[in-house]
Amino acid sequence: MGVEIRVEGLTKRFGSQQIWNDVTLTLPAGEISVMLGPSGTGKSVFLKTLVGLLKPDAGSIWIQDRDLTRLREHDLYEVRKLFGVLFQDGALFGSMNLYDNVAFPLREHTKKSESQVRDIVMEKMELVGLQGAELKLPGEISGGMRKRAGLARALVLDPQILLIDEPDSGLDPVRTAFINQLFIDLNAQIEATFLIVTHDINTARTVPDNIGMLYHRHLAMFGPREMLLSSEEPVVRQFLNAQRIGPIGMSEEKDADELAAESGQELPPLPPIPLQLGTSDGRARNTARPAGQWCRDNGVTPPPGSFLSGNAGVPGVSQVEERV
Amino acid sequence: MSNPALGALRQSGSLFALVLDTVRALPRRPFQTKEFIQQCWFIASVTIVPTALVSIPFGAVIALQLGTLTRQLGAQSFTGAASVLAVIREASPIVTALLIAGAGGSAICADLGSRKIREEIDAMEVLGISPIQRLVVPRVLAAMLVALLLNGLVSVVGVAGGYFFNVIIQGGTPGAYIASFTALAQLADLWTSEIKAVIFGFIAAVVASYKGLTAGGGPKGVGDAVNQSVVITFMFLFVVNFVASAIYFQVVPQKI
Repeated sequence: MGVEIRVEGLTKRFGSQQIWNDVTLTLPAGEISVMLGPSGTGKSVFLKTLVGLLKPDAGSIWIQDRDLTRLREHDLYEVRKLFGVLFQDGALFGSMNLYDNVAFPLREHTKKSESQVRDIVMEKMELVGLQGAELKLPGEISGGMRKRAGLARALVLDPQILLIDEPDSGLDPVRTAFINQLFIDLNAQIEATFLIVTHDINTARTVPDNIGMLYHRHLAMFGPREMLLSSEEPVVRQFLNAQRIGPIGMSEEKDADELAAESGQELPPLPPIPLQLGTSDGRARNTARPAGQWCRDNGVTPPPGSFLSGNAGVPGVSQVEERV
Repeated sequence: MSNPALGALRQSGSLFALVLDTVRALPRRPFQTKEFIQQCWFIASVTIVPTALVSIPFGAVIALQLGTLTRQLGAQSFTGAASVLAVIREASPIVTALLIAGAGGSAICADLGSRKIREEIDAMEVLGISPIQRLVVPRVLAAMLVALLLNGLVSVVGVAGGYFFNVIIQGGTPGAYIASFTALAQLADLWTSEIKAVIFGFIAAVVASYKGLTAGGGPKGVGDAVNQSVVITFMFLFVVNFVASAIYFQVVPQKI
């Protein structure tokens, strides 16, 4: 079962440059959350702060009643054993082949025999579809394979929390769809808490239970998927629907003149909310909520056409309604 | 960050923090024997040949200078004594240090730096393994051991080069050259020389590791880090060499 992460008033600066200020959110145990944000808003920094690789300037991160930001180095290494992290490029050790890379955490942290290690490594390699590539070096394989090998390595110690940095960067749409499906299936199987950092809207609209959005040095919004997808808040709305009209400009935020010029234009209507991606074998995940429940509970009328298809409102995909 | 003095202070602070972390991680088990041996072999393989090639002309030039000087002073019989002293006390640790820093340190820094920008170091920390214990400690120990051994090599090659130059080229007396070895030099000189070499190896490896582990900003960042690590190490070495020599003259009584 996954572990809850409670973030309170987290603030990070690099020198005088503020990255984000006073971020407060709770990643619910066993659920999939996505952290979104325009490029350069410190999403990766947020992820690295959550594992204690970077120290925040203020605030705390509570995991199992321990504040990660105040732990001694030794205890920090202990807490990190709860985590699996998939870095952007897989971060495999260049001098080891894929098998040794995936076996590395097992050999370091467990007293398992080589044959037990072999069983676990082979199981995880198969899970990510890399059987047969065990003896390849990270330099010899494609970016997508490196990511999947990195995922296998992040999974071998059965993490309670899985942090994933831009799973879709450098991957084609088909592979992205496969890896998203893999996350859903994994979540159903190991029930860990997932946090995916991305700026891919397709992923954000269909994969998570919760969405958070970093913008302009603070957390613009964090909540259930349906809450953000039906939100009228300009920043959230602009980003989740990939529009040019709104407060986000090419470099950071737009200035007053640009905003004034836009004031007359009417925002396009909110696109329908797509169905959440299900597991590939149709099994329900423990933490998945029925489609439309949040909207009903909170008296929000979802945009017309919502919850009818799995790709409604995803930019670049045909918007013709289809029955499923 | 905007204040350069503050930036320099912060850098020195984190460098010393790494020194302390490394020293604290030294006794921690399990010791990375395989990594240590690999690093020893690697550092030795990149330094042995250049060191030998540098130390021959170094020994020769010392012999040349001293040979001329002693003749001017009328103390030819002390040529051997003076040149062995110069080679063992100063030349050999410095030559060792320059090559350990220039060849070994730059390779360590480039290796750790490229791992850092590929996020391998972060991944290692997240997997619950301290990069300091795993990567820095074996490299620092390897650099210290190789410096110790190289210093011996440089001493031998340097003295032999001096002998060759003085005796064969300048026509000095072989017996007088060798007999005067112990006139001024003493065993303490050799110890000091080796201690210096070990300290220099430590500094070169720690600075290279520090610069490698804090590299950032893509491939160019690694290049900059390597460059800075070599420059910083050289500056450190000469200051530390001066301090070590000054302490030596205070502590060890000299032959009259």
